[in-house]
Amino acid sequence: MYSVKILDAGTPARVSEQLVTLEIDGVEVTVPAGTSVMRAATDAGVRVPKLCATDMLESFGSCRLCLVEIEGRKGYPASCTTLVEPGMKVRTQTPKLANLRRGVMELYISDHPLDCLTCPANGNCELQEMAGVVGLREVRYGYEGANHLKSEKDTSNPYFTFDPTKCIVCSRCVRACEEVQGTFALTVDSRGFASVIAAGPTDFLASECVSCGACVQACPTSTLMEKSIIDNGQPDHSEVTTCAYCGVGCSFRAEMKGTEVVRMVPNKDGKANHGHSCVKGRFAWGYATHPDRIRVPMIRKKITDPWREVSWDEAINYAASEFKRLQKTYGRDSVGGITSSRCTNEETYLVQKLVRAAFGNNNVDTCARVCHSPTGYGLKATLGESAGTQDFDSVLKADVIMVIGANPTDGHPVFASQMKRRLREGAKLIVVDPRRIDIVRQPHVQAAYHLKLLPGTNVAVINALAHVVVTEGLLKEDYIRERCDLKEYEKWKAFIVQPHNSPEAMEAMTGVPAAEVRGAARLYASAPNAAIYYGLGVTEHSQGSTMVIGIANLAMVTGNIGREGVGVNPLRGQNNVQGSCDMGSFPHELPGYRHVSDPAVRAQFETAWGVQLQAEPGLRIPNMFDASIDGSFKGLYVQGEDVAQSDPDTQHVTAALEGLECLVVQDIFLNETAKFAHVFLPGSSFLEKDGTFTNAERRVSRVRKVMPPLAGLADWEATVALSNALGYPMHYDHPSQIMDEIAQLTPTFHGVSFEKIDRLGSIQWPCNEKAPEGTPVMHVDEFVRGKGRFVITEYVPTEERTTREYPLILTTGRILSQYNVGAQTRRTANVVWHDEDRFEIHPHDAEQRGIKEGDWVGIKSRAGETVMRAMLTERMQPGVVYTTFHHPFSGANVVTTDNSDWATNCPEYKVTAVQVSRVAQPSEWQRKFTAFTHLQDKLLSEREREKA
Amino acid sequence: MDVHRLIKMANEIGAFFEAEPDRAIAIEGVSDHIRRFWEPRMRRELLRWVDEHDGQGLTELVLAAIQGNREKLTPQTIASP
Repeated sequence: MYSVKILDAGTPARVSEQLVTLEIDGVEVTVPAGTSVMRAATDAGVRVPKLCATDMLESFGSCRLCLVEIEGRKGYPASCTTLVEPGMKVRTQTPKLANLRRGVMELYISDHPLDCLTCPANGNCELQEMAGVVGLREVRYGYEGANHLKSEKDTSNPYFTFDPTKCIVCSRCVRACEEVQGTFALTVDSRGFASVIAAGPTDFLASECVSCGACVQACPTSTLMEKSIIDNGQPDHSEVTTCAYCGVGCSFRAEMKGTEVVRMVPNKDGKANHGHSCVKGRFAWGYATHPDRIRVPMIRKKITDPWREVSWDEAINYAASEFKRLQKTYGRDSVGGITSSRCTNEETYLVQKLVRAAFGNNNVDTCARVCHSPTGYGLKATLGESAGTQDFDSVLKADVIMVIGANPTDGHPVFASQMKRRLREGAKLIVVDPRRIDIVRQPHVQAAYHLKLLPGTNVAVINALAHVVVTEGLLKEDYIRERCDLKEYEKWKAFIVQPHNSPEAMEAMTGVPAAEVRGAARLYASAPNAAIYYGLGVTEHSQGSTMVIGIANLAMVTGNIGREGVGVNPLRGQNNVQGSCDMGSFPHELPGYRHVSDPAVRAQFETAWGVQLQAEPGLRIPNMFDASIDGSFKGLYVQGEDVAQSDPDTQHVTAALEGLECLVVQDIFLNETAKFAHVFLPGSSFLEKDGTFTNAERRVSRVRKVMPPLAGLADWEATVALSNALGYPMHYDHPSQIMDEIAQLTPTFHGVSFEKIDRLGSIQWPCNEKAPEGTPVMHVDEFVRGKGRFVITEYVPTEERTTREYPLILTTGRILSQYNVGAQTRRTANVVWHDEDRFEIHPHDAEQRGIKEGDWVGIKSRAGETVMRAMLTERMQPGVVYTTFHHPFSGANVVTTDNSDWATNCPEYKVTAVQVSRVAQPSEWQRKFTAFTHLQDKLLSEREREKA
Repeated sequence: MDVHRLIKMANEIGAFFEAEPDRAIAIEGVSDHIRRFWEPRMRRELLRWVDEHDGQGLTELVLAAIQGNREKLTPQTIASP
């Protein structure tokens, strides 16, 4: 349930232009049509007793507590299921109603433990509250009758318990799992007195439950209760902050006792998540205080030396002196930095400022390089802005939803729940993915088309879709004429209608039957509102940027940009990868996506920063590695990234890291990259600092400090200290001042401030004079670049081809319970769902190789070899294999290659030619990795401690 | 920098612009992309390869783009402090 301080209005709010005025207990109230009497009563300041109703769910009318009397109506209707009508006169309190309510409560309490004082919900239990509200004084039935008080508690889930003895079978949990999450994992088993809540025939952990916590949130008693509350007691205060996991950017209340987080509860006022969450944000926050947290800065001369704990001053001064030495010896351009996609906007802004102003070069990049850099390139080229066009709520107005190269139920689960809600309402779904991902078929959701293409053929498919639209006359000519560059359009049209772009011509290459492509194209083009959502299955290819351009072309030619329900929506992976890009983390762009060569933009920053800036682009992350191996790049400041695990061609990356003379890593754990570091600056988690994150909707939300930084400094403070030590002065008293500077220098952020974010809850940029409260939907009247630009997207097959030696294609991705490199989630109980990366292979391919479920298999590519355990599954198609990259020992990126997107060098993680065979031991890389890890663990455990 | 890697990257840029029917625009597209996104040492290495090895391994379009835009592609950096 919600903390008692949060008002639960009983049923969801309604939106309607038509208003209804009625009278409740003599008080006149006006509400939108479609509102329940219960909610209208709440608006009138009257709280009608309730148990089965909650404003996160549609009304159900089972508990019979919320009965009211309505003038002119017989009986005692339930106020939660009764809709307001004009002139209605309602009484919520009468002697008859009081008797009925007491009777209902007597029945509930006759089959309920009387252990309030030791119950974890004590003081925050709706059943307890209702007993008091109705004035329950006796239970005339006694307690000797049949009851459920000996039912067994289910403690299988690592984060919450299910105690059926406390259950009043209000079914809120069942309905939450259906309506909010869309998993339908729970049910009411049996009927009448025998009714019990069941998670299938097994316990919660073995069921289809995805541990999102919606049922725990909905439960009015302690039947479903967080283990952290059971262990620690009720919180005493809370602070609203933003999740540090994925790009949905859920708003949470961090509920605290002192400076200790007791639980994270989704904030129902959160505009990205509307009170919902996933297992990671809701429960997997314990990593912030994990024993592995490094709390003291450390330095060492060589990576084979033990670490030495030092003060912040000594660590910072050592790092600065090393960078200065390197620049003096090897040149100004021999050093650089990588900003974090998990740190705040203010922090990434400072790192890129340090690189540009203190180092004096543009060698700064961010992890978007390896995920959505093609989005930035492609959408800028076609629409004029490097970001998605809609807010998440836009999906609720879509009639057709196309999901390309994304797995939202795993990667963006809270958004996926919203999408599933719309699909259950009747919107149609097209999935373009080599795998049979979960969204293809879910309870009450089935894709109309699943274009199961071969990895690497995205552009062939998008061209074929566009070919159908144009040649069958499904295009929106008025829209194109009014809003797009006609010269570029005619050039593109001449290209797209060519027969080689037809579904029939592309079929052999893509593996998708032409009829399916034609059907999908017609469905998308003929919908009143059609939206495209895409992920790294689009961008992480040698034609990633081309594909993003192709998506924009398709959306423009069908008129699907510039209003709600449509759009081009990149599902950004990390909590602040959008923000780090916005803040100028790319080597070629200053904040606000303006090229460093633009003299007017550069002059603006030079004036503000008091330093001359370089006009030439700097090194991208892959180029930094190449330059290190080449000997011209010697120093790197890495904030909150783990390139040794996340970047492709691991052996190349680690060789590059070994080539550095000074690697400074700022992170909360000693991650894989830090094992090659010379300076370790202990980082701060999202709970330990103030700032902002920007999610995939361009929504800038507050991150609020709820505990002091464990290492003494927030990340931004460490960057300021380093900059000062390098000789470029920085001074800020609070991150809000950094945001003020960002706003002053960045047109799309001109109207953003901490004060405005606090007032509005969050802001979607652009936020400036034209849009003082932000911009949910972009390109409404015209595209940011003026006219939308069609660009030719010839399909160029990847160079990564299958051969006799490497006959299978490996594609990679992520899963629900683990996050990115797993540094956070592996240090939580989420390992119960995924304690190792598994290698997914179709049974046919497995049988050909004598591989059985659970066998150790060697996966070999031209880049390297690793070993994982096999999982046979038909969700892969024959010829395509899959794995995740959440555990360092898996070495998934040892086999991925140096192929990359032509425009941005975004790695082609999604297409690697491999061979697979049964093996009996780890690979050579894994043996070396284990030995190196043991060495580094030893060097850490034997570190010289700082003297007190 | 490994020049063969740079050649591969340059050719991939060229492959995108091959589809542009106007050759002059294609050449401009290739050279503009390299200028806007390639760090100076990468461009210097590529120019050196063109000078010393006649751009061996580069596609015709890419070679034309480099040769026709030498000045634009030659890095302009401010002196080290």
